[in-house]
Amino acid sequence: MSGTILSSKGLSVGYGKKVVVTGLEFEVCKGEILTIIGPNGAGKSTILKTIAAQLPLVSGSIDLTGKNISEIDAHDIAKTLSVCFTERITAEKMTCEDLVSTGRYPYTGRLGILSDNDKEIVRKSMELTGIAHLCDTEIRCISDGQRQAVMVARAIAQQPQVLILDEPTSFLDINNKLKLLSILKELARSRDIAVVQTLHELDLAQRFSDKILCIKDGKADRIGCPEEIFSGDYVSELYGIENGNFLPMFGTAEANKITGEPKVFVIGGGGRGIDTYRRLQRQGIPFAAGIIHENDAEYPVAKCLAAELVTEKAFEPISDINIQKALALIKKCDKVICCIENFGTMNMGNKSLLELSRNNKEVIE
Amino acid sequence: MNKKRAVRWTVCFVFLTIITAVFFVLELVIGSARLSFGDVLGALSGSGDNAAVTIVRDIRLPRALAAALLGGALSVSGFLLQNFFNNPIAGPYVLGISSGAKLTVAISMTLTMKYGILLNSAEMVGAAFVGSMISMGAILLLSGKVRNMAQLIIAGVMIGYICSALTELAVTFADDANIVNLHNWSMGSFSGINTDDVKVIALIVLPVAAAAFVLSKPMGAYQLGESYAKNMGVNIRGFRILLILLSSILSACVTAFAGPVSFVGIAVPHLMKSSFGTAKPIIVIPASFIGGAAFCLICDLIARMLFSPVEISISTVTAVFGAPVVIAAMLSRRDQKGSM
Repeated sequence: MSGTILSSKGLSVGYGKKVVVTGLEFEVCKGEILTIIGPNGAGKSTILKTIAAQLPLVSGSIDLTGKNISEIDAHDIAKTLSVCFTERITAEKMTCEDLVSTGRYPYTGRLGILSDNDKEIVRKSMELTGIAHLCDTEIRCISDGQRQAVMVARAIAQQPQVLILDEPTSFLDINNKLKLLSILKELARSRDIAVVQTLHELDLAQRFSDKILCIKDGKADRIGCPEEIFSGDYVSELYGIENGNFLPMFGTAEANKITGEPKVFVIGGGGRGIDTYRRLQRQGIPFAAGIIHENDAEYPVAKCLAAELVTEKAFEPISDINIQKALALIKKCDKVICCIENFGTMNMGNKSLLELSRNNKEVIE
Repeated sequence: MNKKRAVRWTVCFVFLTIITAVFFVLELVIGSARLSFGDVLGALSGSGDNAAVTIVRDIRLPRALAAALLGGALSVSGFLLQNFFNNPIAGPYVLGISSGAKLTVAISMTLTMKYGILLNSAEMVGAAFVGSMISMGAILLLSGKVRNMAQLIIAGVMIGYICSALTELAVTFADDANIVNLHNWSMGSFSGINTDDVKVIALIVLPVAAAAFVLSKPMGAYQLGESYAKNMGVNIRGFRILLILLSSILSACVTAFAGPVSFVGIAVPHLMKSSFGTAKPIIVIPASFIGGAAFCLICDLIARMLFSPVEISISTVTAVFGAPVVIAAMLSRRDQKGSM
């Protein structure tokens, strides 16, 4: 990390006098990826537009390469910072190569004619994002994923030190999302470009960001590394999640649990019960689960979805007390589903639980 | 790949230049007074009989030059507007800008004729420019409110109708003797343009078209949309004002000398974009200029010769050839985007 390239102090952004977000303080170093997350309409795009000098700042300051951005000439900003916005390009008869070439704009002469060097940079940018084969294709004839790659290539051809992207992964399938974010990561690493982006995919934000800035209720709520942001209930609070539970470890959410008297008891563990929990949830059947170790891979899911849950401390053999608890629950249930085939030493309690319940309940294995 | 394109562009440019040259010569040769190619050459060099010299040097040459220059001006003006509004069917005629110019010119002509004053060409251009800017102002105000591009065009056509109606009114109150003149002009025609007019036209059109060409770089950036252009360092406000000014001067100049000429501003840029296979301003601006010249030379020849010696208005001919191209332009946009 070779120092801060973009930072803000006491920054407020908005349109004219209408302030959208206040209290923005952040620092982005070369080669770092900063992701802005927050609910719809929180003002994430407004922040990006302001950083990209598209909107005048309401108050506070932004420093780009150590200079106040409002004092930098538009031409010099163009050589330092490039953008990828969500709006669609509607230009007629423009090939992908034409579009990427526009990235050279700040470097070409009066008439915008490309030099051999410019052409080489355009070609390399297209190769880097894997769209070299599309160079003669019209931009209106390519898929969303390809278009996004073209837009990134255009932004790279501008040879920026800071790359700003507004929801670059929207409308892309999972493979293209991963591809695009990997390209950005690679760019940040190999060319020391600082990336500032907004994302709606929290799982991806968690995996592909160095820093995460959270926006809520018109304020910069928190900034930190993914480990700090994705812990506890913070993300649930940030988005005000009501119809489900967010699992910080996985960066995804589970649906709300079905409450009520459990009708089924699921013997799970080692992640093998997850599918069953989700199926019962979908079918609207309240269930109990056990006996799950607190460090088990499926513990967070079981905790979210089971109406009743019997747990055991991490790395401890299952105690008799917990077996009794589970048996009491099984008594009230119609049937038992066992998801485990091989019980280990620590998990012997579940084996005896299965054998005990065979006596008086229907058991599905 | 790039080579293929370069070849295509060269072929198109050469072809356009040849067409323009051929029809330019035909404009000089063909007419109600029969002259041979040799007569025309002789007349141009100043020898030959007096009648031929007068016909060629005072009537046909200025007319051909005017048709070429104004045709080019109109096409470039249309292309600038298409970029400004990001709409391939925008043009000075459909947006009512030509009609606005027509109105102010008609009003100033009838007013001054009353006092026996004839406007000189520069004053005509001035009056037309004022009218263009008034219509343009109205369109700009509406474009802020109208979301859909088709609505903007309809608004422009309506502004055109209003201006035309008011022009008719102004013509009605003109002196009897001048009505014929004014009426002919308000229908659109390249007839009656003299050598002095051509000098004024050249002085206005050539520098303005050159200025438009110099704007090709920011115009290319602007084709990506305002945000991207801004990020590339384009001064959006200044650029937009320049675009409007240049296109208004060009279309005002056309209207002042030839009256409103329909559809050239849309048809020619569309034909050029299709044949060159690109919308890059640095290519399409010169192409439109030459193409517009050829288009208007051809149309003027038809206007003069179809029912010779009766001349039909230039707009009648440009509409016949231009309007279908406008429809094609609209459909091609639809094909590619799903909606307008």
